[in-house]
Amino acid sequence: MNKKFQWDFWAWITLLSIVIFGLFLIYPLFSLFLSAFQDATTGAFTMENFTHFFERKYYYQSMINSFSVTACVTVLAVVVGTALAYFMTLFKVRGKGIVEICIIISLLSPPFIGAYSWILIGGRSGILTQWLAGMGIEFPSIYGFAGILLVLTLKLYPFIYLYVAGAMKNIDSALIEAAESLGCSGIKKVVTIMLPLITPTILAGALMVFMNAMADFGTPMLIGEGFNVMPVMIYSEFINEVGDQANFAAAMAAIMVLITSTIFMLQKYVVNKKSFTMSSLRPLPVGEMKGIKNVVMHLCIYLLVALSMIPQLVVIYTSFLKTNGAIFVDGYSLDSYRTIFGSLGTAISNTYIFSTAAMAVIVFLGMTVAYLTTRKKSWLTDIIDTLTMFPYIIPGSVLGITLLLAFNDDPMLLSGTALIIIISLVIRRLPYTLRSSSAILYQLSPSLEEASISLGASPLKTFFKVTAVMMLPGVMSGAIISWITAINELSSSVILFTGATKTMSVAIYTEVIRASYGTAAALSTILTVTTITAMVIFFKVSGRRDVTL
Amino acid sequence: MSVAITADKVVKRYGDLTIIPQLTQNIKNGEFFTLLGPSGCGKTTLLRMIAGFNSIEGGQIRFNDQVINDIPAHKRNIGMVFQSYAIFPHLTVRENVEYGLKLRNMPKDEMKTKVDKILDVVQITEYQDRLPERLSGGQQQRVALARAIVIHPSVLLMDEPLSNLDAKLRVEMRSAIREVQKQVGITTVYVTHDQEEALAISDRIAVMKKGVIQQTGTPHTIYTRPYNVFVATFIGHSNLFKGRIEEANGGKAVVFADGFVLPMSTIGEEGKIGDDVTIAVRPEEFSICGEGQGIKCKIKTKVFLGKYITYGLDFPDDMLVPDQPAIEYSQDLGHAEKVLEIGDTVYLKPNAAKINVFRADGSKSLMEGVVENE
Repeated sequence: MNKKFQWDFWAWITLLSIVIFGLFLIYPLFSLFLSAFQDATTGAFTMENFTHFFERKYYYQSMINSFSVTACVTVLAVVVGTALAYFMTLFKVRGKGIVEICIIISLLSPPFIGAYSWILIGGRSGILTQWLAGMGIEFPSIYGFAGILLVLTLKLYPFIYLYVAGAMKNIDSALIEAAESLGCSGIKKVVTIMLPLITPTILAGALMVFMNAMADFGTPMLIGEGFNVMPVMIYSEFINEVGDQANFAAAMAAIMVLITSTIFMLQKYVVNKKSFTMSSLRPLPVGEMKGIKNVVMHLCIYLLVALSMIPQLVVIYTSFLKTNGAIFVDGYSLDSYRTIFGSLGTAISNTYIFSTAAMAVIVFLGMTVAYLTTRKKSWLTDIIDTLTMFPYIIPGSVLGITLLLAFNDDPMLLSGTALIIIISLVIRRLPYTLRSSSAILYQLSPSLEEASISLGASPLKTFFKVTAVMMLPGVMSGAIISWITAINELSSSVILFTGATKTMSVAIYTEVIRASYGTAAALSTILTVTTITAMVIFFKVSGRRDVTL
Repeated sequence: MSVAITADKVVKRYGDLTIIPQLTQNIKNGEFFTLLGPSGCGKTTLLRMIAGFNSIEGGQIRFNDQVINDIPAHKRNIGMVFQSYAIFPHLTVRENVEYGLKLRNMPKDEMKTKVDKILDVVQITEYQDRLPERLSGGQQQRVALARAIVIHPSVLLMDEPLSNLDAKLRVEMRSAIREVQKQVGITTVYVTHDQEEALAISDRIAVMKKGVIQQTGTPHTIYTRPYNVFVATFIGHSNLFKGRIEEANGGKAVVFADGFVLPMSTIGEEGKIGDDVTIAVRPEEFSICGEGQGIKCKIKTKVFLGKYITYGLDFPDDMLVPDQPAIEYSQDLGHAEKVLEIGDTVYLKPNAAKINVFRADGSKSLMEGVVENE
């Protein structure tokens, strides 16, 4: 209304969000890039760190590995996810509801739990390996490329499934009928109409899969063994020899951010050229598959879901096994739980405290900043809007390193504090909440706010009494998903934690590394149960049957 | 309490784009005043300037003697009814109506009396505990009206409040609005693009085009004595003929391009003998007459509308002002002696007492006593 600048609430929010993103995202990222171009000892400008990387096969191989495994995961996840979505949407599947819940659970569970339970199943001393060995059959190695591919595909195909199933629900059946009336049928219909209609969605999902697979640290760390990928390489270079290798790790991190941002831009470019909106008056009819085809379809779907759920079940089962130190012995007990509540109690409480604190900040900032960028557009809010895109392309471990490097010294000594972990959680998840909050705001008519103002409520009062109240259900359901990802977060916490700020996922990771599988399983079970509980709350709050991440 | 509103040379600009150049208009206390015009004419912009949702780039808007330019919207004490109703979906009907009163820290029992009364006035008492999503469009609009009036605003502003309703409900609601407004006696500014609605509901109407008020007057004046050709064609339909003022029997007459002479006693001082003019004849201002007693035309189309038959007429091009969508004659079936058929040639006589004569460029009426701002 009044063009004159005022130090009102919104000016403070603008300032706050610029400070948060500037201080905890841009400044650390910038100093990381800067140190990538610096000599470790002299501090002079050099390209040495980059040439070092590209000269040694040991290093650049990790990039090739990352690329190949990520590309394979993406392709495989797209194929599996799209096929599943196709059959689940267009055909009658028994137990569809349960299948979907299982898919969502496997998506939200901590990624490295998959890796670690597949080791329990098919690793050197795994259940299946030993059972088969008893019959004289040698089980193929689960470690390395194949293991990462298996675990990440099973973990990430749900992304594609959720995206594509959503898009297919938006295809109007009249489009298909129009194609049929023009003489198009069968497989041709799928290829010429359906596939092009869902292509933008597949691309969007594929980007999510690619970014997640590329940035994943836990899985390759646990199951990769000799198969080195970039996040693992960065982590070990950074952790093992802090000091002289930090600059080299920074260079690798810079290369990685370059790769992810290129992919991100490429995807945006392609999607923008192809994007259109669909809304369905009448969704596609659900058909029924007959005879042997029907049996095969059901078997495939159930097998896939079983494969996705096995890790969870194995972990839960293992957590109740009797242990002697780190070794499993015959019989069942609650020993593992006793141990973790004794020695790792703080990790459990830390997890809940950090994620809840982060969620509170995310909800507040998510709503207010989204309001700024949608309703109070200016060049400043445009900058904020752009800044908030960055976390999409920054792998968790890289963000962890940048924060650690930037806040390791006075006057801003934050490393080792709970605050820095909470900040990293906020930075990583806020963009998602922002996007969904903006989407909600775009659907809220501004006249609702004007109605409140005309009745005598000040604009700020209106925001809290009307706008925020109406945004809250949508924002909260998004926040629950953020909370779930926060409790399962590993890649940045594993770099930022110290003894006092250990979280459950970090504890699981360190326990697995110590081969203390029982305690790791007990912790994982707590995480899984918490995740499922939170999801039940999510479904109650949102009244939905699907999730968006 | 209710106020008079004065817009004094107000200007609305978005960057380099001027939406409203220097608009001046007074709105009387207690009046039902309508801003009418095609979409994009600036009527909603002006309303939102009064409300405080749009800034004012020049001039003043006053409530009585108080300049409100710099008073923020929430302190202007306005009641506003929106096109989308803007009922708070998370509050019940009663809570919606109470919202503004709560902000004014009204004591509980006083609030209850007031809300009960207004719910009764707009006839939604039985739905008071419902959530808005379970109400029909008409009921939602009643809630919006109650919510706006209950705070006793200085002015009631309504932005196309009926455009989302179906035709029948629209007619019903507009009499309800009119009734409630008279009962409460509150200055009301009403925006619509629907001329029939404007004619039915208003004390006065301002017809707007491109940010400029073309004419302000009572519905009757606006329709019968439009100030310019835009108003004549925007409100109802007018057939525009080329003509000239000539002398006839010591008085004035208009001569059509085919030579037909129509003596008129309603042309004012400004219409001089010899002036080229535009003659506006409404479809119902024709009557069938004998050969030579009117202008000659052919029936081109025929649409039966029950009460009326509307005929599309064919005239030689040089008789007409160019670029008109249709030339029409409405025959009142209650008084029709004979029904015409497509292809018939007919003579039509314009009603000299009713028709309007404008400057040839259509910019101003030449009729006696017609003013821009009544």
